[in-house]
Amino acid sequence: MNRNITKWIISLLCLTFLLLITIVISLSVGSVQVPVERILEIICNDKSSIEYNIIFNLRLPRIILGLAVGGSLSLAGLILQGLFRNPLVEPYTLGISGGAALAVSLDLVLRLNNIWSIFTLPVAGFIGSMSVILLIYIISLKGGILRMQTLLLTGVMISFISSSIIMLIMTITKTEELHSLIFWITGTLQETNWTIVKVVFTLSIFGLITSYFFCHDLNALLLGEEGARSLGINVERSKKLLFIIASVLTGISVSFCGIIGFVGLIVPHILRNVIGVDHRILLMSSFLTGALFLVICDTLSRTIISPLELPVGVITGIIGGVFFISLAARKDLVGY
Amino acid sequence: MLEIEELTCGYNTGFFLRDINLKIRKEEIVGVIGPNGSGKTTLLKVITRALKPTKGRIILNGKNLWQIPIRELFKKIAIVSQDTNIRSIVTEDYVLLGRIPHFNSFQLIETKKDFEIAERSMFLTDTLRLRRKFIDKISGGERQLVFIARALAQEPELLLLDEPTAYLDIRYQVKILDLLKSLNRELGITVIIVMHDLNLASEYCDRLVLLSEGRLYKVGMPIEVLTYEIIEEVYKTVVIVKENPLSKKPYVFLVSEDMRRL
Repeated sequence: MNRNITKWIISLLCLTFLLLITIVISLSVGSVQVPVERILEIICNDKSSIEYNIIFNLRLPRIILGLAVGGSLSLAGLILQGLFRNPLVEPYTLGISGGAALAVSLDLVLRLNNIWSIFTLPVAGFIGSMSVILLIYIISLKGGILRMQTLLLTGVMISFISSSIIMLIMTITKTEELHSLIFWITGTLQETNWTIVKVVFTLSIFGLITSYFFCHDLNALLLGEEGARSLGINVERSKKLLFIIASVLTGISVSFCGIIGFVGLIVPHILRNVIGVDHRILLMSSFLTGALFLVICDTLSRTIISPLELPVGVITGIIGGVFFISLAARKDLVGY
Repeated sequence: MLEIEELTCGYNTGFFLRDINLKIRKEEIVGVIGPNGSGKTTLLKVITRALKPTKGRIILNGKNLWQIPIRELFKKIAIVSQDTNIRSIVTEDYVLLGRIPHFNSFQLIETKKDFEIAERSMFLTDTLRLRRKFIDKISGGERQLVFIARALAQEPELLLLDEPTAYLDIRYQVKILDLLKSLNRELGITVIIVMHDLNLASEYCDRLVLLSEGRLYKVGMPIEVLTYEIIEEVYKTVVIVKENPLSKKPYVFLVSEDMRRL
């Protein structure tokens, strides 16, 4: 019996339990308080009430989107850190968010939405992020080998180029467009369309399940690419597919919710220190912890100065950053 | 067990191994020696499929190396390279990574057998006492033993090592080579070791393969390869070769410039 398995099961149960409590609290608090004990009753019996509408059509979709996006971002961060064996890589390092933001700002400024109604902001964001993924993939692929250093550097450069062009666009934009753009960039989970929520959630779960086909590959990559190859791993294939999984998860999150920073950087980092470097537990626990973290941050963002809202990206940055520094001050963190 | 036929290969930078013909017999210990840049590590890379030959072929147990599925290949061969990728991982978990080639397609966790084999590998390498320690917190010699334990967990028929005694004190040099010898004698594992230390190579290897500038210069028993004429020709330095009084194997003494003047 693996001595780790008991530890793994306990941590997964704890995380799930915490997540459930957080969901219940998040359903209850807000500008309209719904007592916790009434939630179940309202959902089951009281479908015509205002409270049902608030819980089911405002708060629940937001929570589920938070679960999906938080989970996706930290999963993507974990996969990318494992692939690059670099603890500073996060989902946005590769320019995926830059591409999405650029496409969104062009959409806003050129009013493509008015010309073709299909060009909503999420669609533009998705096209932008996928274009960047394709671009850096093609640039980095040489002779069938995905060159990881090139991939990383190209991604970082694309981030710089995108943000410069976005700055340029901002300086020549009208105020109301600028506001929508900044609002999008700082990230929000304000999505009440159930279809979108369901799609994002399904894709995130699909990403999690797919990533498990590569858990041994990621473990073997702890020994470096050559080390992984000498354990019989088809390293080139794994690198390509893992890169695609991580990028698509990031692309979808960014397209629908804007740039929510920090989740994908600190969650995997903290978990490696708490739970160890085995990806069989890291993948699942990163997903759950990322989901938990983002739902907590989102709940705070809409309650701190209620009825007004803070951008959730601001909260994740502050809470995540402070928590991380306090952890780093107390112990030597494991990098990669 | 391993036949290398007319092998030529290299990197973009132009370094090549040329026209290598070599047969490694089952259950022997072969030392690969040669000056820096002579192609020793390249030879290991091509045997472990990290580098594709441009010409020639390698046959492992009668099958072309490049036609064996990669997982199957690394159930048969294991490599201990000069590993600089030290991660913060518990020693036992590190050794268990060696079981990865043996996992079934959908196997998520190790079976009882995997644990038994990992434990036996750690027992053989005298590393059981380190099983709960982090691999970056143990000494260089202990770490090398753990690397060998990980390779043994792959249950290989052929074990390749790239300078396993580099940077180690004499106690660990002897300990590691004694271990390899006993693995060879008791478990019948064929061993190929890339080495710089000619005296250790002479002492422990059944046969030596001397490479020079990417070509096979000489293959044979230590007494055939380690003569002062050959060493001076290949290494471009002056040496004296004597016989080790105990083992009767050749022993190479280095000669400094001051001594050469005398």
